[in-house]
Amino acid sequence: MKALSQRRRSPLAVFALLVIGLMVTGGLYAVAAGSVSEAKAAEGSQATVGNAENGQKLFAANCATCHGLSAEGSNSGPSLVGVGAASVDFQVGTGRMPMQMQGPQAQAKPAQFDEQQTSDLASYVASLGAGPAIPSEEELDTKSVSDEDLAEGGAIFRVNCAMCHNAAAAGGALTRGKFAPTLSGVTEKHIYEAMVTGPQNMPVFNDSNITPEEKTQVIAYLKQLETQGSPGGNALGSLGPVAEGLFIWTAGLGLMVAFTIWITSRHA
Amino acid sequence: MTQTSEYTPKTSTGRIANFVNERTGAAGMVKEFGRKVFPDHWSFMFGEVALYSFVILLLSGTFLTFFFDPSMAETHYDGSYIPLRGVEMSVAYESSLAISFDVRGGLFMRQVHHWSALLFVAGMSVHMLRIFFTGAFRRPRELNWVVGGVLLILGMAAGFTGYSLPDDLLSGNGLRIIDGVIKAIPVVGTYISFFLFGGEFPGTAIIGRLYMLHILLVPALILLMIVLHLMMVVIHKHTQYPGPGRTENNVVGFPVGPVYAAKAGGFFFVVFGVVAFISALFTINPIWNYGPYDPSPVSAGTQPDWYIGWVDGALRLMPGVLGDFSFERNVALPWGENTFVFNVLLPALGPAMLILGLMFTWPWIERWITKDNREHHLLDRPRNAPFRTAVGVAGVVFYCTTWAAASSDLIATHFHVSLNDVTYWLRTIFIVGPFIAFWITRRICLSLQRKDRETVLHGREAGIIIMSPEGGFTEKHEPLNEYKRWRLVSFDTPVYVPAQPDEDGKITKQEKRRAKWSKFFLEDRVAPVTPAELEAAHHHHEVEGGDEPKALGH
Repeated sequence: MKALSQRRRSPLAVFALLVIGLMVTGGLYAVAAGSVSEAKAAEGSQATVGNAENGQKLFAANCATCHGLSAEGSNSGPSLVGVGAASVDFQVGTGRMPMQMQGPQAQAKPAQFDEQQTSDLASYVASLGAGPAIPSEEELDTKSVSDEDLAEGGAIFRVNCAMCHNAAAAGGALTRGKFAPTLSGVTEKHIYEAMVTGPQNMPVFNDSNITPEEKTQVIAYLKQLETQGSPGGNALGSLGPVAEGLFIWTAGLGLMVAFTIWITSRHA
Repeated sequence: MTQTSEYTPKTSTGRIANFVNERTGAAGMVKEFGRKVFPDHWSFMFGEVALYSFVILLLSGTFLTFFFDPSMAETHYDGSYIPLRGVEMSVAYESSLAISFDVRGGLFMRQVHHWSALLFVAGMSVHMLRIFFTGAFRRPRELNWVVGGVLLILGMAAGFTGYSLPDDLLSGNGLRIIDGVIKAIPVVGTYISFFLFGGEFPGTAIIGRLYMLHILLVPALILLMIVLHLMMVVIHKHTQYPGPGRTENNVVGFPVGPVYAAKAGGFFFVVFGVVAFISALFTINPIWNYGPYDPSPVSAGTQPDWYIGWVDGALRLMPGVLGDFSFERNVALPWGENTFVFNVLLPALGPAMLILGLMFTWPWIERWITKDNREHHLLDRPRNAPFRTAVGVAGVVFYCTTWAAASSDLIATHFHVSLNDVTYWLRTIFIVGPFIAFWITRRICLSLQRKDRETVLHGREAGIIIMSPEGGFTEKHEPLNEYKRWRLVSFDTPVYVPAQPDEDGKITKQEKRRAKWSKFFLEDRVAPVTPAELEAAHHHHEVEGGDEPKALGH
C-alpha cells in the first residue's frame, strides 16, 4: 500500500480516480437498472382479457379531459369512436397516451398503465364503434415466415415505410418537428397496430393495401434486422453517410493528427 | 567508357547496384533526391495522409475488381444474406453483396476501400486548408495550388463514380439527383442525360460506364496529377514556418535519405493501420440495408458521401418559390419555349462554381490586390495575414452551412427541433454567415497581432506582482528569449497600396478598383515590430528596471 500512497500526487492519479469513480457508479447503476427491468419483465406477459366497465372508469379519469366524457372528442383531442382496440393498445401500450404535453406529436415514454388496464381501456373504446382489433397471435407469428417471404417483407418495407423510417428502420425527420421514430425495439404487436391504425402522422396501411400476411412479413424482416446485428461492425446509428462523414472527420482525422504530431515530435 | 568499368564492387549487393547504375544512372537521382531537405511540422503531413489513402485505395480497389461485376442484367439473389433472399436485383448489386458476404475478407476490403476514400478527400481538404491559411500557394507555387484543386475535384469524381457502383437504393437515389441536375441544364440537359444513361434514367448502361470511369480514367488522371504535384514540390522545395535560421533562401530540416524515407515509409503503415482499424470495427455503406435500386422508394436519411454533401445541402436550402415568384420559368427562345429550372440549376451549380472559382483564382486575386509578386518560401502564421484568413474562414463558414444543410433531417431528429426551422436558420446563415465570419475573423487576427506586438515589446506576464514602496502594484514582465521572439517579429504583412499611375501617368479604372479592394482588405494593419522599436522598448525597460529591488531579480 505504501507504493500506492506514494503515487497519490502523480498527474495520473486524478484520471485513475475518475475512472474508478465512473466505473463504480456506472456499474452500480447497471446492476440496479438491470434488476428493475427484470422485475418488470417478470410481471405481466400473459394474455389479458379487457373489462370494458373498468375501462370506462379509467377513461373518465385519465382520457376524458381531451377526448370527451363519451370519447366524442374535443378541441384538444380527436373522437375515439371507431378507432378500435388496436389504436388504444398502441397509443397506451407505448406510453404515447396519456400525452405528456401538446406538441408536434405524442412521444413514446414508459407506459402509464399496466397490461390489464390497457386492455380494459381498449375494450371500452372498441365497444364504442367498430375498428381494427388487436392482432391475433397468428398474425404476429414471425417464426413461421420463410426466408423468401421475409425478404419480400423487406421489399414492401422499402417501398412503403423506408421514406420516413429509413431503410435500416433507424427513423427520420418529418416537417415541423414531427418525426418517424426508430423501429428498433418496438414489439411485433405495436408495429402491426401502427400499420393498421396509422398513429400520429403515419398513414393507415389497411388490409387491401398490405395484406395481413404481408404485414407479418414486414415485421419478420424488421425483427431479422434487429436480431442479426450489424455484419460490418458498429453501425454508427445506421444513419448513413452523414454519420460516416462525421466519424472520419472527428475520429479518423483526430487519430491522424495525433500520429502526425507524434511522428514530427521525434527528431532524428 | 573505360572510366565506368574501373570501379569493381566487392559485395554482391554492390555488384547489382553497380549493374543498375551503369545502365540507368540511378545513383545521380538517388543522390539528388535523397539529399532533398524537408522541414518537420505536423501540419505538413496531411498531403501524405491523402497520398497514402490513395495508395490504399488502389490496393483495395484492385481486390474489389476481382469480384465485382458491373452488369445491370437482372437476377435473383441466392447468396447468404437472408433478408434479401430471392429478391430481384442487378448483377452489380448481387456481386457487391457477394463481396460483402461470400468472398473471404471481402466486406473488410470493401470497408477499407470506402473508409480510405473518405479519408483521402478529407486529407486533401485539410491539406488545402493548411496551404491556404499559411499562404503556401504564393509565388512560385500558384500552379501547384491549381493542380491540387484539380486533384480535389478528381477525388470527388472518383468518390461519386464509386458510390454509384453497388447499384443499391442509396447510390441509385444519388444518381437520380445527378440526373435531375443534368436535366435542369437549359436546352441540352435532356440530351446529355439520355447520352449518359443510354436512354431514359436509369437504363441498363450507367453502371458499366461509371465503372470504366472509376477504375480507369479518373485514377489515371489522379496519378498523373499526383506525379505533377510531387514533381513541383521537389522543384519548388518545401515551404517552412518562420524561425531562427530559416530564410527565404534555405530549407531547414532533415534530408529524405535516411530520415524522411523512414518516417514517410512508417507513416504509410500508420495510415494503413488506422484505416484497417476503423474498417474492422465500423460499418460503412451497409448496402444490404438499402436493398436493390428501384426508382420508386427513397429512404429517409439518403445523403451522398460527405464530400458531395455540400452540393446536396445547397439543393435542400433552395426554396422552390419566393412569395409569388417561382424559380421554374418558361423562357421564350428563338426556337420556342424552354423551361429553366432555376431552383435546381442555381443551388447545384452556384455555390460550387463560387467556391471552386474563388479557390482556383485566389493566388492571382491576392497578388493583384497586394501587388506582391515576390517569391515566398516562408509561411505566414494565419494571424499575420488577417485579410486572407478572414476570407478563408468566410469560405469555410459558407461551405459548412451547405454541408450542415445536407444533414438537416438528422439535425432535426437528433436535436429535437423542427426541420423547417433548421432550413430557415441555415438559409439565413448561408447569406449573412460568411460576412459575419469575415468581420469577426479579421478582428480576432488583428487583436492577436497586437497582443504579439505587446509581448515582444514588453515581455510576457510573469505572474509576479510587485508592490512598490509607495504601495502601488505592478505585474512583472519577463523578456522573451530570442527564439520565441523571432517567431513573433519575423514576418511581413502586406500594406495598402493606393492606386498607381501606369507608364502614361494615367490611373486606369481597373487600378482604381484594385486600390479599393486593397484599401478594404489591407487598410487595417498591425505592423511587425522593427528592430528600432525593440531597441527603444529595451532601453525603456532598463531605465525603469534600475529602480527594481535586486532581491526580486532574475
